[in-house]
Amino acid sequence: MAGCKSFFGYPITPQTEISAYMAKRMPKEGGVFLQAESEIAAVNMVLGAAAAGVRTMTSSSSPGISLKSEGISYIAGSDLPCVIINVQRGGPGLGGIQPSQADYWQATRALGHGDFHVLVYAPASVQEMVDLVIEAFDRADEYRMPAMLLADGMLGQMMEPVTFPEVKKNVPDKPWATNGHQGKRDHNVANSLFLSPGDLHSKVVRRFEKYKEIEQKLPKAETYKTEDADIIVTAYGAAARIARSAVNMARKEGIKAGLIRPVTLYPFPKEIIRKHTENAKEILCVEMSMGQMVEDVRLSVECKKPVRFYGKTGGLIPEPAEVFEQIKRIEKRIGGAY
Amino acid sequence: MTAVFDRPKSMRDVTMHYCPGCTHGIVHRLICEVIDEMGIEGNTVGVCPVGCSVMAYDYFNCDMIEAPHGRAPAVATGVKRSLPDRFVFTYQGDGDLAAIGTAETVHAAARGENITVIFINNTTYGMTGGQMAPTTLPGQVTQTSPYGRDTAVQGYPIRVCEMLATLDGVALAERVSADCFANVKKAKKAIAKAFGNQKEKRGFSIVEVLSTCPTNWGLSPVEALERLRKDCIPYYPLGIYKDVTQGGE
Repeated sequence: MAGCKSFFGYPITPQTEISAYMAKRMPKEGGVFLQAESEIAAVNMVLGAAAAGVRTMTSSSSPGISLKSEGISYIAGSDLPCVIINVQRGGPGLGGIQPSQADYWQATRALGHGDFHVLVYAPASVQEMVDLVIEAFDRADEYRMPAMLLADGMLGQMMEPVTFPEVKKNVPDKPWATNGHQGKRDHNVANSLFLSPGDLHSKVVRRFEKYKEIEQKLPKAETYKTEDADIIVTAYGAAARIARSAVNMARKEGIKAGLIRPVTLYPFPKEIIRKHTENAKEILCVEMSMGQMVEDVRLSVECKKPVRFYGKTGGLIPEPAEVFEQIKRIEKRIGGAY
Repeated sequence: MTAVFDRPKSMRDVTMHYCPGCTHGIVHRLICEVIDEMGIEGNTVGVCPVGCSVMAYDYFNCDMIEAPHGRAPAVATGVKRSLPDRFVFTYQGDGDLAAIGTAETVHAAARGENITVIFINNTTYGMTGGQMAPTTLPGQVTQTSPYGRDTAVQGYPIRVCEMLATLDGVALAERVSADCFANVKKAKKAIAKAFGNQKEKRGFSIVEVLSTCPTNWGLSPVEALERLRKDCIPYYPLGIYKDVTQGGE
């Protein structure tokens, strides 16, 4: 529907549902589904298809994304667009197969070697997964870079009604594609090798100019009851749904709590967080990890306000009541302090 | 005046970075001649490896992709599956194809991926300065087998064509050599056959070209060709290991 022509995957829990769906759907749509021999091969098939100029994607879960990171770096270094889905599970190592958000750092900081970013989207519902896949393909093509959907095992295995939006394929012309020059132009080369330090430097600098534009234009976050909030919870993905319930519980008891849910993790919605926390007294970051996004929240408010953290990892999911308990604790403290 | 010998049209007019006496240049030329003769330059996408031929994208006039180390067959798969009517070839060395890229090679072959693989076997890692490769001969001295490859410690060389010939997806597995005029002619025939197989959608074709690396072998170009004949060909016999057009061998 997003104009994706090929899917290259490898089985890993808890993302195999995507492969199973694509295996059924792609042949009927005249697209390509191919189960690769490894995560590494799958991401390199994506590299080839992206270089050939078609919309292409792969999906995996945490340990598989680590294997793909070589290819992702090459794809970014060759300025090729594609979509990668990470349905996060617990780590490190083989970790577990239950939902987790422990790959935030990997997605936003180190999705491969070298100086580069990928666009990172964090859906919080099945509907948003549909919408953000389309958005990810469009922006990946626009900026010629990989885009990742950072989901988790909870979202990946959830069933919710969805509306598929109107099909509008925004696939732009790709004059750079290595799809055979047909004698009509000079040869195109998809390449990430620049042996001269000066060439490599300017190539990377140009890419960072693009990132600057992205950081201006693309940050996106949902805000909920932040206007009068004393305590603002920040959370993304499945954790944000839990946090939202906790905020509602707090509001019922007269505690002024609100929620900011980043939808883009790169670019991180710094400005939105800064603005919406201006009048807040404390911030609580909730994650299904030991605390990774919390660092970006602290940077967003330039450490001018206390940013607390609450989270569970390894596949344990914080309950709304636990988050509410944390909000109450903060309320008690700031109630006394102010 | 009639020109009797010229650079193939699909070969770019640039100075190659290869060492004197290296046979990469010959194999590049053979591929370009085949592309020219088939008239498919505008319809071909090449995939280079990591290794000495990492910069081959500068030497071919067709569209080119530079793949991560060993991953060329996977990258080629992505291109071919997206654009099935394009000719797609990979150009890979022995470290790239038979060590770090073994899985990609074997599985592209097993899938019968309709691509052409040109495999340069010079029994060493050239680009990084002559380390032991999966194809390094027993007893061969390299930077990382300074006392000679000891099979008790470092294992045995891989005969790629023999191994791949067992797979149903393979249309052609042929080993040729770039050591003399007669063999170079045979090499060109094999490369033409491999590209022809793509046209006829026969499946995976690999042409292994025994090659020299005078620099890392520590030999003059002439001595290197001698060594290729004396040591390499006996260990890696030339010939067709599988050819579906001949009913296999």
